[in-house]
Amino acid sequence: MTAPLSRRSLLLQVAGLGVSVSFLGGSAFAADGAMARRKLVVVICRGGMDGLTVSPPVGDPDYAALRGAVAVAPDQALKLDGTFGLHPALQSVHALALKGQARIAPAIASPDRARSHFEAQDVLETGAAQVYGVSTGWLNRTLEVMGPSRVEGLSVGATAPLILRGKVQAASWSPGKGVDETARLPTLLQDLYKADPLMGPAFARGLETEAMAQAAMTALNPAPVPVSTDTTAMNGSGMAPQVAASPPMAQDARAIAGQRQGREAARKLGATLAGFMVQDGGPRIAAISLDGWDTHAGQVGQLNTRLSYLDAVLDGLNTGLGDEWRNTVVVAATEFGRTARVNGTGGTDHGTGSTALVLGGRLKAGGIIGDWPSLKQEALFENRDVRPTLDMRGLFKGVLADHLGVDRAALDATVFPDSADAKPVTDLV
Amino acid sequence: MGKQRAQGKTGDARETNGVSLPSNDLMAAIAATRFGLGARPGEIDAARDDPRGFLAAQIRPEGADQPQGGEDSAQRLAEVSDYQMQKRDAKAAQKDMGGDAKSAPVKDLQKDLRDQAGDDFLARARLGATTDAAFRERWALFWANHFTVSATSLAVGAVAGPFEREAIRPHVFGRFEDLLVASSTHPAMLLYLDQAQSVGPNSRAAQYQRKAGKTAGGLNENLAREILELHTVGVDAGYHQADVTEFARAMTGFSIGRPKDPSPHRFLFRDNAHEPGARTVMGRRYAQEGQAQALAVMRALAASPHTAYHLATKLAVHFVSDTPPPALVARLRKAYLDSDGRLDEVARALVAAPEAWDPVAAKFKTPYEFAISTWRSVDAQPSGIDKLAPVLTGLGQKPFSAPSPKGWADEAQVWCAPDALIKRLRFSEGFAAVVADRLDPSLLAQTALGARLTPPVAKAVARAETRREAMALLLMSPEFQRR
Repeated sequence: MTAPLSRRSLLLQVAGLGVSVSFLGGSAFAADGAMARRKLVVVICRGGMDGLTVSPPVGDPDYAALRGAVAVAPDQALKLDGTFGLHPALQSVHALALKGQARIAPAIASPDRARSHFEAQDVLETGAAQVYGVSTGWLNRTLEVMGPSRVEGLSVGATAPLILRGKVQAASWSPGKGVDETARLPTLLQDLYKADPLMGPAFARGLETEAMAQAAMTALNPAPVPVSTDTTAMNGSGMAPQVAASPPMAQDARAIAGQRQGREAARKLGATLAGFMVQDGGPRIAAISLDGWDTHAGQVGQLNTRLSYLDAVLDGLNTGLGDEWRNTVVVAATEFGRTARVNGTGGTDHGTGSTALVLGGRLKAGGIIGDWPSLKQEALFENRDVRPTLDMRGLFKGVLADHLGVDRAALDATVFPDSADAKPVTDLV
Repeated sequence: MGKQRAQGKTGDARETNGVSLPSNDLMAAIAATRFGLGARPGEIDAARDDPRGFLAAQIRPEGADQPQGGEDSAQRLAEVSDYQMQKRDAKAAQKDMGGDAKSAPVKDLQKDLRDQAGDDFLARARLGATTDAAFRERWALFWANHFTVSATSLAVGAVAGPFEREAIRPHVFGRFEDLLVASSTHPAMLLYLDQAQSVGPNSRAAQYQRKAGKTAGGLNENLAREILELHTVGVDAGYHQADVTEFARAMTGFSIGRPKDPSPHRFLFRDNAHEPGARTVMGRRYAQEGQAQALAVMRALAASPHTAYHLATKLAVHFVSDTPPPALVARLRKAYLDSDGRLDEVARALVAAPEAWDPVAAKFKTPYEFAISTWRSVDAQPSGIDKLAPVLTGLGQKPFSAPSPKGWADEAQVWCAPDALIKRLRFSEGFAAVVADRLDPSLLAQTALGARLTPPVAKAVARAETRREAMALLLMSPEFQRR
C-alpha cells in the first residue's frame, strides 16, 4: 500500500498549486540515433509574467524610477551581468546560469499585440502568426512533422492545454485512485465509446496513462509522504462519507500557509516529470503550465511566491533528469510581459515584451538572447511596455531546429505557419 | 436533405426554414438534457406534449430562482473587515507578547467565512439538483459564468455567492444593459478585477495624496479591459489600448464604501477619485460627469452589434455546439438587437430555433453539469459540500474558482480529457455504490435519457452483472456524458 499512497499524497499537493503537466513524446525520436535522447520541456507561465521582475535590469538607468515600489533592489538581484540580474527567488536558475546552463531572453514576445490573456495564450500555444489562425498546438504539430509517432501524454489537472491539442492524441493525468484497465467496466465502456470520436480515444489514453504514471512514480521512488486524507481531492469511491473533506476554499489557504511545502511539492513535480522522461520510450517533449502571473495589484509578494515555485519546478527537473539533463532544453515563456511602469495599485498591467528563460545541459554559454532595447522613454513600446526585440517563434524554432533536428521548411510552414520572417535563433546548443 | 425527411410526414409542422425537427419524444429528451440540467424522473414525460412550450414557460420577468439562505454581500464584507481587523490586532499583540499570530477567534472567523462560501455553493447545487425549471437555472449559470468572479482571495470568495444572487439572478431575463451595470457595480466584481482601488491620476484624491507627500494612487485598467473583451463587444471589436485606458479613466471612482462611509460595504461612487474630463471610447465622446460617464459607456457597449454577436455566439456554443450553425447565431443576434438587448427575448429565440434541436448531442457536460445531472437522475441532491467540492475539484472545476475572468471553458476538448474520463468513472462507480441497490437501472435509463437512449447502452445496462455496474455504465455512457 505504501507506494500508491505516497504517490497520491505527493501529487495532491502538487495539484493544489494550480500546476498542470502534459507530455508528448514519440517513438519517432527513437529512430534516429543521437537525437534519440534529446528532450524538450516547455513551461507556460499563464497570466502575463513580469519580465522586469524575473530578470530585473538593475543596471538600466531608468529601471528604478519606472518601477518604484515593485523594483527589485540592485543588491537583492542575483547578478548575471552589468545590466541584468535574476529575481532572488530564482536561486536554482542562477546556479545553472553561473555554469552556462541558463540564459535569459529579456525582450521577447509572441506576434500578438492585443494584450488580451486569452488571445495571447492562444497565439503562444498555437504558434500562429495571429489569433484564430490555427486550432492545434505547435508542440502537437512538431510531432506530426517529425513522422508518425506514438504519443505518451499526461496532465496533472484534468483539462488539456491548447499547446498539446491536435491530430496527435495527448493525454492527461491527475491524482486519484487508478483504474484497472482489464476490469469489466472499462472494457464495457470502451465498447460503448467505439462510435464516439472524442470519448473513445480519450478514454483509451486515460487507461494507458494510468499504467505509465505508476511506472514514473516507481522510477522517482519518493520517500514515503504521510497521507492526510482530508486533502483527498478524489477518493476511492468518489464520495466516501468517512473522508472529512474541506470546504472549497480551505485547500487554497493551506497552500498559502504551507509555502515551504508548496516549494517542496513543486520540486517533486519537476522530479516526477523527469521520472516520466527518463523512462525508456518515455515522453521526450513535455509542457507544464504554471498559473497565477497576472499581478495587477500587490505584485511583490505574489511574484515572490510564483517565482519560488517556478524555480523549484526547474530545480526538480534538473536534479530528476540526472545525466539526461545534458540532453535537455527547457524554455519557460509567458503570453506577454507587463507595463514598464508600476500602476496605482502596487502592480503592473498587461504589457508586451517579457523574459523567457532557456535552460539545459546542452545550452551553449553566452549572454542574453536577443537585444536589450533599454527602458528609455523613447525605447518603450507605445510609451508603456518593454519593446520586444525577439519573436518568440524564433526562439522556439531555433530550439526545434538545432536541438531536435526539425527541418527548417516544416518549421516555417507547418509548426509555425507563415513564420519565415521569424528567423530561428542560432547557436543556442 | 432535412426537407425530404420532413415531407414524408404529411401535415406535420416539423419544419422551419428547411431545418426539420425531431419527434416530440426526442425533443422532450433534448429539452431536459441539452437545455436543462439532466432529466429528473418524470421530467421528460412532462415535456413531451410541447417540448418548446415546456422550456418557454420557464422564462419569467423576475429572473432566476434564488438558492436558499445566505447573507448579503454587505454583511459578508463586514465580516471580512472584522476578520482583517482582528488579524491585525492579533499580529500587533504577537509582536508585544510573542503569542500566536492567528488566535483562535481569528481562525474561527476565517473558517466561518469559508464555511459560508461552501454553504452558498451547496445551496446553488441543491437548487440545480431539485428545480423543475432547469432551463431557467442553466440560463442563470450561463450568465454567472459570463460575469465570472473567482475566489482569488478570502474576500472575493465570501461574496461570490451573494454576487450571483444579487447581481446576476434578478437580471437574467431582463435587459443585458442592466445585468452589465449590476455586475460592474457589485463589490465582488470591483474587488475581483481590482476596480475598487483604481484612482484617476488627476483626480482630487491623487492630488491630495501628492501634496501630502504620499505615493498617489493610480489607474487600474483590469475591469475596463475585461468588460470590453469578455463581457461586451469582444476582442475582435476593433478597440485599442487607448480605448481600454479611456474606459478605465471613466470608471475611476467605482468603489466600495468603507465602514465609516455612508454605504458601508456596498457600491460607492467616489467622486474625488474620478478622473476629470471628457473621455473617448471606441470613437464616441463621453462628456458626462461623475458615474454617469462610465454608465453611458456601458449603455453604448450593451447596444453595440459587436456585443449582440459576441453574446449570440457564446450562447449558441454553450447550449448547442462548440461549432454552432451560423443560422442559429444570426437568430440570437437578431433577437438581441430587435429587442434592445432583452435577454428573455433571446432565450425565447433560442428555444424556438430549429437549429438548437439537432438530434446529435454535440455538447460534452462540464463537471458541474455532470455531477448535478447524476443527482437529478435519481431524484436526489448532494447532502453536504464535502460530497460535492472534492469531486468537482478532482474533475477540474473547483467551486467558485474559475481559472480566469473568462470563466469556465465550454468546449468538449477541454473537459473530455483522458484523465477527466478516468475521474468520472471513479465518481460514477462511487455514486452507483451508494444509490444503485435500491433502483431499477433499466427504468432509470429510460427516465434519464428518454428517446436519447440508444440500443447499445440499453443493452449494456440490461446485461450488467450488478445494479451498481449497470448504474455506472449508464452514467458513463456517451448519451449521459453528452447533451
